[in-house]
Amino acid sequence: MADKSIAFVRTEMLPQQAPPASQSGVIKWVRENLFPDVLNSILTLVALYFIYKIVAGAWPWLSNGIWTTSSLAECREILDGATGGCFSVLTERWNQLLFGFTYPTEEYWRPTLAFVLLFVAAAPLLFAMYVPRQVLYFTALYPFLAYWLIWGGTILIPIVAIAGFVVGYLAFTRVERQSFAMGLLAAVVAAALTWWIGGFVSGALSGFVALPEVPSRDIGGFMLNFILGVVCVSLSLPLGIVLALGRQSDMPIIRIICVVFIEFIRGVPLITLLFVANVVLAYFLPPGTNFDLILRVIIMITLFSAAYIAEVIRGGLAALPRGQYEAADSLGLDYAQSMRLIIMPQALKISIPGIVNVAVGLFKDTTLVSVISMFDLVGMIRGPILASTEWNGVYWELWGFAILMFFPICYGISQYSQWLERQLATDHR
Amino acid sequence: MKTTLMLGAMTVAGLAAGAAAAATLDDVKARGKLNCGVTTGLVGFAAPDADGEWQGFDVGVCRAVAAAVLGDASAVEFVPTTGKTRFTALASGEIDLLARNTTWTFSRDVDLKFEFVGINYYDGQGFMVPKELGVSSAKELDGATVCIQTGTTTELNLADFFRTNNISYEPVPIETNAEAQPLYLEGACDVYTTDASGLAATRAAFENPGDHVVLPEIISKEPLGPLVRHGDNDWGDIARWTLNALIAAEELGVTSANIDELAAGTNNPEINRLLGTEGTLGEMLGLDAQWAVRAIKAGGNYGELFEKNIGENTPIGLARGLNAQWTDGGLLYSPPFR
Repeated sequence: MADKSIAFVRTEMLPQQAPPASQSGVIKWVRENLFPDVLNSILTLVALYFIYKIVAGAWPWLSNGIWTTSSLAECREILDGATGGCFSVLTERWNQLLFGFTYPTEEYWRPTLAFVLLFVAAAPLLFAMYVPRQVLYFTALYPFLAYWLIWGGTILIPIVAIAGFVVGYLAFTRVERQSFAMGLLAAVVAAALTWWIGGFVSGALSGFVALPEVPSRDIGGFMLNFILGVVCVSLSLPLGIVLALGRQSDMPIIRIICVVFIEFIRGVPLITLLFVANVVLAYFLPPGTNFDLILRVIIMITLFSAAYIAEVIRGGLAALPRGQYEAADSLGLDYAQSMRLIIMPQALKISIPGIVNVAVGLFKDTTLVSVISMFDLVGMIRGPILASTEWNGVYWELWGFAILMFFPICYGISQYSQWLERQLATDHR
Repeated sequence: MKTTLMLGAMTVAGLAAGAAAAATLDDVKARGKLNCGVTTGLVGFAAPDADGEWQGFDVGVCRAVAAAVLGDASAVEFVPTTGKTRFTALASGEIDLLARNTTWTFSRDVDLKFEFVGINYYDGQGFMVPKELGVSSAKELDGATVCIQTGTTTELNLADFFRTNNISYEPVPIETNAEAQPLYLEGACDVYTTDASGLAATRAAFENPGDHVVLPEIISKEPLGPLVRHGDNDWGDIARWTLNALIAAEELGVTSANIDELAAGTNNPEINRLLGTEGTLGEMLGLDAQWAVRAIKAGGNYGELFEKNIGENTPIGLARGLNAQWTDGGLLYSPPFR
């Protein structure tokens, strides 16, 4: 009976059906994200219209672009009234935009090599888990190597500089057992002595394994922005850490010095400091001296960003629970050990976004040196190129190029910092 | 690395302090290079070309002085300066000579303690308008909007001009010449005013220069010239008479083409004295007899420099105007070489 009342029994499961077309794939995404209701649909259409206008306006300018003429007038002749960019200024002045206009042409390989090696040197610092630790030795040598490559001169100068650091370190390890401060003093004295003696040696043997010397004045273009950015960021980070710790110190004189320094620097615009570096220092130095301008600017930008980094790190220190400090004390660690092993790794991790923020800002601020007549990328564009009779009047192409140079680097830095934050995430959110 | 540089710089500073009092001429000779301050870039007056060589009218003065003193027109270290850094660079001794289209004014000469050695370009403030406006004189500009660089003497000159002529205007403040160019072309202002040489250079860069006219009125005096520090008159004399030699050479018909021929001796005693075949003018300056020959050979006489860099055959296309020789109705008038 029961068998008869059931006409049909499916013995196997139905195969899964694809969801309806309106509920899957592109259509669903478009419906949900672009046209969910009337208001949003209108906004989407308006936005699409503007995007179309921009692309339609910019496209002929890009596709009609002229790349091979030797002056703006020739560009206009070829275009003959049609819309089109005159990109020849970039091809003709390419080397000037990258290296400045006085860096010797046959030496371009040197900064290029230094640039490539920078990635090798930076790799173990940025991607510690993927790169063998031995590369760190190269990283330590890199600043001296890069200096030698870019500025030239005898190789003895960087060697003496390295020797100074090595001797200083040896002296430090010898005396460190008495006290940390004594060790530091011994290191400074030993290093200074080495440099002083080494100065005579390298001065006397100035032709020993020497590259042709390039004075600082001849360094320019995007290379100058890059040198300033890299050097100042890497110097201001340790200086900022020291300042942040000094500001929290129990010793009143150190604390007051750090607070005054940080607050003073933060209260002064960078451009003012650059003017001081360029103009006012010249009055204090004896006439005829030429205290390297790039060095002056590096010092000023480093001090400036160190003050900001110090404040960022202070925020990281303040965010650590008091228990961490007490835990370090209870383990019997002294001040240096507890900072190095417990406090700083955590505080720096918290500070990463802030530090990256300062670094990106600093890299962009390096263009301010164009105001004190240094020919960085912006200085090259504003000065020599726009003032040449051939290219007077080319604006969009040049500034667009400057954007293309800066944007990928700044964007890359911020993407790296987000990746690093994910790598270091130890909380269980 | 940094510390070695620091130590090095301090040592050099100590050494140089002793030598600071020496005369500029001796310093330049010992250095083997003339440190010449120029602008960071002004069309026609000073700008590096695609090969990185400085070119321009002011640059020509630097090269002439270097050729006269050192015998080599390329022995110049060009120090780019901005409007803000130029005077400190000269006062602090970073440069020996400033040739940066600088207006000779009372306060710069007296109060800032500089010495203008002459005038190599007589400039003045002018007006540029689109042709379609149909204006032929600046006095017809009643009610016009005027693009003007802020914080310059041109701003004050403009106010004076409109007040004395009892007409009104509306200023559109702008920061730099580069900013003015697109604003004026987009029609944000009817009139653009700045130095006449700047107007000509700006107009030359337009897509259709013929659509714009520079009005005949010049409403201010802007004598531009090279300058040196106060207190070293020997050096000032060298710069002054090198400039005069270039001007006198044009007046006397000495060009870079015929100078070798003329330097062998001529019937004109003034040419002979200038070129060192007669008299001891070079010796009086502390140089040799051939100083002026080298200065003129460096880039040609004044007229040649003018034609090559800013003259009517260049894109800038400036007429000689006030900058013609006094014999041609201009203001160029070199004292005699005697």
